[in-house]
Amino acid sequence: MLKTEDDIAGYVADATGPLVVRGGGTRAVGRPSQGDLLDVSNLSGVTLYEPGALTIVAKAGTPVSEIEKTLAVENQRLAFEPYDLREMLGTAGETTIGGVITTNASGPRRIQGGAARDFALGVRFVDGAGNVIKNGGRVMKNVTGYDLVKLMAGSWGTLGVMTEVSLKVLPGVEDVTTLVIDGLDPAQAVGAMSRALASPYEVSGAAWIDGAVWLRLEGFTASIAYRADALKTVLTGAGNISLEPNADWSRVRDAQPLHGADTVWRVSVKPSDGPAVIAALPEGCDSLMDWGGGLVWIGQTGADAAAHAALQAHVAGLGGHATLIKGPEALRAAVPVFQPEQAGVAALSAALRARFDPRGILNPGLMAA
Amino acid sequence: MEMPVPDSAVLSRKARVVERLRSVLPRDAVIDDPSETRAYECDALTAYRCPPMVAVLPATTAEVSDVLRICHQEGVPVVPRGSGTSLAGGALPTADCVILGVARMNDVLETDYDNRFVRVQTGRTNLSVTGAVESDGFFYAPDPSSQLACAIAGNIAMNSGGAHCLKYGVTTNNLMGVTLVQMDGTVVEIGGAHLDSGGLDLLGVICGSEGQLGVVTEATLRILHKPEGARPVLMGFDSAEIAGACVADIIKAGVLPVAIEFMDKMLIEVCEDFAKADYPLCEALLIVEVEGSDAEIDAQLALITEIAKRHDPVALRESASAEESARIWAGRKAAFSAIGRVNDYMCLDGTIPVSELPYVLRRIGEMSKEYGLAVGNVFHAGDGNMHPLICYDANKPGDLELCEVFGAEVLKLCVDVGGCLTGEHGVGIEKRDLMTYQYAAADLEAQMAVKDVFDAKWLLNPAKVFPLAVSEPRRAVQMAAE
Repeated sequence: MLKTEDDIAGYVADATGPLVVRGGGTRAVGRPSQGDLLDVSNLSGVTLYEPGALTIVAKAGTPVSEIEKTLAVENQRLAFEPYDLREMLGTAGETTIGGVITTNASGPRRIQGGAARDFALGVRFVDGAGNVIKNGGRVMKNVTGYDLVKLMAGSWGTLGVMTEVSLKVLPGVEDVTTLVIDGLDPAQAVGAMSRALASPYEVSGAAWIDGAVWLRLEGFTASIAYRADALKTVLTGAGNISLEPNADWSRVRDAQPLHGADTVWRVSVKPSDGPAVIAALPEGCDSLMDWGGGLVWIGQTGADAAAHAALQAHVAGLGGHATLIKGPEALRAAVPVFQPEQAGVAALSAALRARFDPRGILNPGLMAA
Repeated sequence: MEMPVPDSAVLSRKARVVERLRSVLPRDAVIDDPSETRAYECDALTAYRCPPMVAVLPATTAEVSDVLRICHQEGVPVVPRGSGTSLAGGALPTADCVILGVARMNDVLETDYDNRFVRVQTGRTNLSVTGAVESDGFFYAPDPSSQLACAIAGNIAMNSGGAHCLKYGVTTNNLMGVTLVQMDGTVVEIGGAHLDSGGLDLLGVICGSEGQLGVVTEATLRILHKPEGARPVLMGFDSAEIAGACVADIIKAGVLPVAIEFMDKMLIEVCEDFAKADYPLCEALLIVEVEGSDAEIDAQLALITEIAKRHDPVALRESASAEESARIWAGRKAAFSAIGRVNDYMCLDGTIPVSELPYVLRRIGEMSKEYGLAVGNVFHAGDGNMHPLICYDANKPGDLELCEVFGAEVLKLCVDVGGCLTGEHGVGIEKRDLMTYQYAAADLEAQMAVKDVFDAKWLLNPAKVFPLAVSEPRRAVQMAAE
């Protein structure tokens, strides 16, 4: 059992073949890779929490639920609202903070507060040769040397095995409400969301789900009451607006309406391109939009390599990326799960992987064949 | 400050390099007359100077690509330069280098309010990015003190912060995409108007890489609608400890001010003399600013002053008007000019966990006595980014060197308490030799591996960030290959 960073460094150094890096085992995403299991889940626990400094440090295998519970005691939270893929993917186990950061898993509040990568202040990791490396720290402003924290966030364990992460956290809020506008098509929805997001009222979630636009306001009770009224004025003519104090944003965050789909994609584009992505989908696809239209979740019945290729080609033309989040292993093995990169960018990414993991043993092929 | 010995082989090729650069750039964009290259001999860290071999001022991405390709072929080091406002020596030339200034590239290329971004050429100044969108109610959030002069190119290179980053983040949190020209002339587009990377987050590592990975010629920046209003409250306390405890309580109460600024007694006096801001003469002064509608501001300031009162403030002044707000900020914003009028000074930039503020301030006070050099403290208290200003006399032999030693000790103290050497100014040459204090050999090796990937010949700004002894083998390989 790997219980310490040294254990992991030793295990990687001694490895003779490919390794499958796993936190809680909740994210069966990416091109299936084969190899010995490297289980980080026993490297667990919050090692430092300073509420007055808005900082928490935890070992990579710490369950997100444990971190959220710790923060809740001080009325603080992970502001980037990490999504939970367990229901969609039919996986069990605990989502770990290492898994969240290494996949840059951000939910609806990304549009206002930032992504997982924006809240990661420091990391410790073991590279593909078994070296222990630290970068960043536990302070909010740090430009000391290159920012490898960002590079590790979103690397899906292909550059190193994260062992510890320090995060910026934010105060919780006194109150929340959601403005709901029913019966909008995607173009109307993005029009309304853009008006709301271009206002000074600090909308912390802007989604199109079940044919309705949801706009979230968070803060002090008096403040969100005022802002809700002000937003209604901004949105005059957009449709009938109702206030839903109990809107369940985990439906948006985890793309719950698509949980029954066989194949699910997560697409990041310029918000105004969201409707075009949806319009180009083949028959039988469902979708929802988050991030004001900039994040499109798409679900399809069945598994269709041609649909995948068409989607990535379309998104390439728009500027953005489409990732296959859920699909049968056969499909994930046959297609580029992550959006193929422009040649110059792909060359840099490949060269970085070759330097951080010279033997090519960390989740080989997961992000790019 | 030690810099590498200029490469005589490069210097001997000067005429050919200039001729080749003239073949791809307009005549006035290649500067090689020593009387003119002197204009580029330093940045805002004026204690160190060295005129470059040549300075070039390309006007397009294609011209930047041509310049870099030629320098790559000729084995000439290139030092990129934004507006030359670096406090860390990030744009300090070497005698054998080509300075690549982006000042002629300052257009706004695209403004998109529906998608809330602007795309600009990176020679554009920080403040003029906001200037291009503010008539429509928008702004670009990162606001370094030098924002009137500093270029977006430099902001990206140093991952610049500012007074308002407690709420809005620093450059990396507001940068969506770049056009990057690599040392061999290759142009790549990274990121764009969409959010987050579909692959490795190259944008994240380019931002803050101090011009060592490539030259960023265009940038897509997130813009936001301006808040309805903003107003500060000024509070004075009997000690830094009390002010620090007040900051922690404000943050824990769930208010997230847009800025929390701290000044100590020495700075208060100097600023008061200079700006007549009507500051109370006390040990520690805080300026806390919140945003929103008038009613929202009133409510937040009421909560903040209630917390402040629990800490026995010796002064408490809530702004009720734009004039009062301007007055409260006048002293803080003039801090660097004010102290510059009385003294030569070195501005440090270490960041510490907020909880360590009282201890670190006390230690700095003790060290100030030991070294016999006065220190003023002004900094962003919400995020622990300190700016101790160490005063010295440039005309007094040995004083600068003493100041450097003192400064290094302060930065080591920041690392010792769990912080870092630099929060927003960058490493440059100034903190270069302290990097081994914060990072182990393997940590630095991992960072240098990134540079190897982007700039295999180590020609871009090569004598910065990493201690010379640490980067020497890589730079030596390059010299030998010529």
